[in-house]
Amino acid sequence: MRISVQEARDRIPHHDIILETTVRLMVPFIQLYGLYVIVHGHYSPGGGFQGGVILGASVILFALAFGLPASQEYLSEGTNILMANAGALIFTGIAVLCALLGGMFLDYSALVKILPIDPISWRSHGIFLVEVGVGMGVMMIMISIYWDMASAGHLDEGLHMASASQTDKVL
Amino acid sequence: MEDIAAHIMAKYNYWIYVVLMMIGFYAMIGKRNLVKKLLGMNIFQTSIILFFISTGAKKGGSIPILDKYAALQGAVDVNQVVNPLPHVLMLTAIVVGVSVTGVALAVMQRIYRKYGTLEEDEILLKIENE
Amino acid sequence: MKSLALLATLVTGALLLYGTADFAAWGDPQSPPNRNISVHYVEQAVKETHVPNIVTAVLGDYRGYDTMFELVVIYSAGMAVMGILRRREDQ
Repeated sequence: MRISVQEARDRIPHHDIILETTVRLMVPFIQLYGLYVIVHGHYSPGGGFQGGVILGASVILFALAFGLPASQEYLSEGTNILMANAGALIFTGIAVLCALLGGMFLDYSALVKILPIDPISWRSHGIFLVEVGVGMGVMMIMISIYWDMASAGHLDEGLHMASASQTDKVL
Repeated sequence: MEDIAAHIMAKYNYWIYVVLMMIGFYAMIGKRNLVKKLLGMNIFQTSIILFFISTGAKKGGSIPILDKYAALQGAVDVNQVVNPLPHVLMLTAIVVGVSVTGVALAVMQRIYRKYGTLEEDEILLKIENE
Repeated sequence: MKSLALLATLVTGALLLYGTADFAAWGDPQSPPNRNISVHYVEQAVKETHVPNIVTAVLGDYRGYDTMFELVVIYSAGMAVMGILRRREDQ
């Protein structure tokens, strides 16, 4: 049973202006930091997994403050699934591409046939491409797990205990 | 006697991990609540992660992020850089642990949806009575 | 039952503590884990991949296969949670 965004907003006990303003201000900076962690993973602690989790946390924070349907307007369910798949496909796709171009599986220096730069530099850039795929996948899976768990699979506000009424029917 | 004390002081980190592991192991097999079992599993996992990280530690070693141009010229002292391999392995272990925790919580939510409880013996009773 | 669990825990802990006698001391640069492949990683990773962060280099390049299936694991976990919990619109 889906409910509309307006209904969901009415169902939240009270709007807290401090909470909503703080989250609205913070979410873009958290996302910028997540992107920094992914992109700067070659030179500082970080990488795809860590940055992906930070990006996912930004959307989860949004969902906590504004309600789950609002976060689904921000990032739709279709985009979520699509980008999770795309993340996994980027990684495996690059791995297979390396094999198709005549190198070993996951040997990024084979990508030199696409863009002729130093093969060792290609290994660095290959790691970066793979990290982007990891970041996308991890971000979307984290958000998806939160959505499912917080709303018991309904993907609505999740404030009701749908499971309790079902339990009564079973027992 | 002093030998034993010196021996323990050199390896006290392992004792901490074993104690953590015992806490997690007891929670996994001794508790009847599924959420407590999962918490125990996470404590157990933390102790193993700490153990692996500590095997890579070197006294006086710095982080495994090098100066690129110095490293290209071969000016790297292996004893001054901590072992990066356990860090990589434990990054994998943490991510797998998050996945396992997520799936376990989902299964628990499903169990609660069906049986209305997360206590092991009550679930078994309800399965018998069906 | 609880005392049995406690006994099993104590026996396992005692065995593991006995096993720590053979481990290398904490922070020893010459311990077995620090002597083998990691020496190659620390000395050669930057030359071979041009990535100063050795952890990223090992994660993305030397152990790329491992990382690929790590992503597959977390992807499968997401799909499993979706399959376990999500309900159709009419349910």
